Amino acid sequence: MKLTRKQRHIGSQIWIYAASALAVLICVFPLYYAILTSLRTGQDLFLPNYLPTTFHWDNYVTSLVQNGVGRSLLNSVVVATVTVGACLLVSISGAFALARIRFRGQKAILFTVLCVSMFPQVAVLSGMFELVRFLGLYDSLGALVLSYATFSLPFTIWVLTTFMRNIPVELEEAAIVDGASLWVIITRVFAPILGPALVTTGLLAFIGAWNEFMFALTFVLSTENRTVPVAIALLQGASQYELPWGAIMAASVTVTLPIIVLVLIFQKRIVGGLTAGAVKG
Amino acid sequence: MKWSKLALAALITSGAVATAQADTVKMECGSGATVRSFCDYVKARFEAETPHKLEFIDMPASSDEKLSMLQQIFATRASNVIDVFAMDVIWPGVIDRHLLDLTDSVKDLEPAFFPSAWQNNVVNGRIKGVPSFIDAGLMFYRSDLLAKYDEKPPETWAELARMAERIQNAEREAGHRTLHGLVFHGKAYEGLTCVALELIASHGGGKFVDADGTITVNNPRAAEALDAAASWIEKIAPRGVLGYQEEEARAVFQNGDSVFMRNWPYAYLLSQDDKSPVKGKVGIMPVPRGGEAGQHAATLGGWQWAVNVNTKVPEASIELVRILAEPETQKRNFMLMGVPPARTDVYQDPEVQAKGPYLNDLKVVFDAAVPRPSTPTRSQYPRVSNAIWNATHDVLSGRSDGARAVAELDTRLARIKGKDWR
Amino acid sequence: MNAEPQLSSGVAVPTGAAAGSRRKRSLQTRRSRSAWLLVAPTLILLAGVAGWPLLRTIFYSFTDALLDAPHEYAFVGLANYLDFADGEAFGVLADPVWWRSVRNTLWFTFISVSLELGFGLALALLMNQKFRGQGLVRTAILVPWAIPTIVTAKMFGWMFHDQYGTVNDLLMRAGIIDGPLAWIAEPGLSMWAVVIADVWKTVPFMALMLLAALQMVPSDLYEAARVDGASAWQRFRRITLPLIFPAMIVALIFRTMDALRVFDLIYVLTSNSEATISISGYARDQMVAYQEMGVGSAASVLVFMMVAGVAAVFLSIGRMSEPKESQS
Repeated sequence: MKLTRKQRHIGSQIWIYAASALAVLICVFPLYYAILTSLRTGQDLFLPNYLPTTFHWDNYVTSLVQNGVGRSLLNSVVVATVTVGACLLVSISGAFALARIRFRGQKAILFTVLCVSMFPQVAVLSGMFELVRFLGLYDSLGALVLSYATFSLPFTIWVLTTFMRNIPVELEEAAIVDGASLWVIITRVFAPILGPALVTTGLLAFIGAWNEFMFALTFVLSTENRTVPVAIALLQGASQYELPWGAIMAASVTVTLPIIVLVLIFQKRIVGGLTAGAVKG
Repeated sequence: MKWSKLALAALITSGAVATAQADTVKMECGSGATVRSFCDYVKARFEAETPHKLEFIDMPASSDEKLSMLQQIFATRASNVIDVFAMDVIWPGVIDRHLLDLTDSVKDLEPAFFPSAWQNNVVNGRIKGVPSFIDAGLMFYRSDLLAKYDEKPPETWAELARMAERIQNAEREAGHRTLHGLVFHGKAYEGLTCVALELIASHGGGKFVDADGTITVNNPRAAEALDAAASWIEKIAPRGVLGYQEEEARAVFQNGDSVFMRNWPYAYLLSQDDKSPVKGKVGIMPVPRGGEAGQHAATLGGWQWAVNVNTKVPEASIELVRILAEPETQKRNFMLMGVPPARTDVYQDPEVQAKGPYLNDLKVVFDAAVPRPSTPTRSQYPRVSNAIWNATHDVLSGRSDGARAVAELDTRLARIKGKDWR
Repeated sequence: MNAEPQLSSGVAVPTGAAAGSRRKRSLQTRRSRSAWLLVAPTLILLAGVAGWPLLRTIFYSFTDALLDAPHEYAFVGLANYLDFADGEAFGVLADPVWWRSVRNTLWFTFISVSLELGFGLALALLMNQKFRGQGLVRTAILVPWAIPTIVTAKMFGWMFHDQYGTVNDLLMRAGIIDGPLAWIAEPGLSMWAVVIADVWKTVPFMALMLLAALQMVPSDLYEAARVDGASAWQRFRRITLPLIFPAMIVALIFRTMDALRVFDLIYVLTSNSEATISISGYARDQMVAYQEMGVGSAASVLVFMMVAGVAAVFLSIGRMSEPKESQS
């Protein structure tokens, strides 16, 4: 039996919606569960229960006000934004050269860039600590921006290089014929086309910086300079063993929200990109 | 050495201190509200009684993270980051070289403290820290269930296992299907070393490594202790305990799903919370003995105040440590945080007695506290402990047996030791 | 991989197509000079923040330095890697725990990255479709990536609790298992627990990278193929796959490198028990827990060499998709 085009369309739509629902469910369930947990206290914290039972907002007060997670949120935003901004800025020109220009040592550079991000973090910790102290950045947000470049920069370079390679050569040639300089080609021709790739890369790098823990724990000491993951890890109960689970979950929910807002703002830009028209110039 | 003599001189001529320059001491303090109120009390006293100022530095609560952070600070020999901090009971041997020698300035305080806690801070005859509060392993039991089955708190592990099995099976028949006999923290981590030490020491199997550094673990009593514990898994303890830390075990016990639990004193306070399902149904007792010939053993825990050897303000730091060691301070710490004082005299205080009548039971446990072999094994302790918890985990999960595990552990410890502990 | 060479060469390397004319060659020389100018900031920054720490680590791997006193050290040659004394072998390479950690890590990486690629590709293709509510899906999909790893690890730790964990609870309600499984306690299961948590957390990364690549596939190619009567599978196989292949390789490289260095998840879930220890966990134990910076650095260098080896393999696979570049 042959299905009509419409029937096939409806069938695929059903598949799409079912798959989407399942994906959303799996992705969001732990967050939902974290929200539930953040509203509980005492023994309720530990028992499986899939609907809200109690509403204890105290956990939010404890984590945000008393433990300064609110302040840390701001620090994290600053650190992640500056890191990603700087990395994108540096790497867009670097990636252009690596993707569109042939020169000696190109492959070696690409491989080196990849290599530097390969050491286990704990291994570069000591050398980085020396560097941070040498530059007088210990216990400041600058230390984090600097150290986050070790993993953010290779990532942005590689991803942007890959995407730039895929941009049709005609676009560039047209610009060259018009006598455009390299800088104009990068900023006026490539950057707009790379929009979605830039947003996606930036977003992924932003979250990577947002979540970093080990450098943030080591290079920052004072409470007012902490980033969010450290602030969460330092939430403590009355004793060394007790885990203030409700407060930890409240803090986790709070730090996830800005990311969600960010994605909502940029989600239109994640899609778009190369339409057929743009290719033809 | 030079500094501490200076400090002592400064203390004796306290008049001179008052006119001396005001130093700023940086002390560790957690970020929680209750911790802060304790710190504020210390600050108020310190700044009233000395010309110095006190600042707080927030550090991780987790022992591992705190240690690695401190090590980075030590590595830079920075003198202005932290002066006075709390160290875990297993650190004195590990970070010995970064600790200011306090021998001459605090040795007069010794008689007031629990001997096990005090001695643990003595490395090579030098005092490197002053106990802040004490902690030790405890056995928790459900007093209501034991009464229901007409049992008394067990004296030996064998009795405990029998009771746990009897109550567990009878209650399961009666409909409480999720009840277990015993839970403890059996994940492969430092906490399992604590459990293993109690098991083996209570069977008369020694403490893995003697105070003089001799490896003693390869003995039949130790093997017997581990085998006994392995036989509990899936009989009275769920297999999941091999993945538990303290809080996972407490969740089970506090939910009323276990007859016994091995844990630390903090769990008692939480189990008496108003919302706790087992409020008023919990008893505490020392960890059982291993047979009639055995003894009570409780793994020593707790935190000590220590001074960074690179500090620029040793005199002021020592003055602070002496304030922290006072009965009034330790009492305040208990009243605010519920942590058991490391000084024995505080236990007689009427206010303390009124707030924590259970402290009398705890004091018996603390008297029998056994330190982990961290001080004799020096900086090798983390390796030693790692070997211990992995060997124990292997026996408990059935991948090895007691005799084989202690023999292998013996070889492994000997290899770590080399010529001598360093 | 070379199914559609003319297609991939058309978009891959522009320089090949431009070769021949003299005017263009002089342009090429000028451009290659400015190329160094363009990559200079990157190189300077990387040399500072990464090169220096890396060199220090390699340097320390030949010493007996301790973490808390890195300035007092003596050179020990290769002893941290492998050494023989009194007929016994010492050093990282002689440590059975190291080799166990290598096995664990390779197993973990292979399983989790394969699963991530599968799920990530499926999600990316899904998000590339046009349907109402795709914004919701795109947002929701990023949630796992947005939750800090430490929190994810602790959260999964509770979800895998044998008595009260939601995983056992849901599986039992669904009738898949009879009694609770001890997820964290059983070494066999705990590796799967780690894999599940890791896959959940990092699929969004993979999916988003692939989605961005899919977005850059010119839609007229599909139109042309559809006019030619190619089936959906053929279109995927002949157009989509070759075009997103470079991005896929990059995503795979970054995920594989991350997976090879896995630490937090295992540490929180099973606290580095020897049954589940990873190579990074091993290096961290040596360095932080045992304070042996020399041995820890040696282990880190070995981790690095392993990761670099795997990356080189990926790169050579990736190069197959760019036939032009290897010719010159």
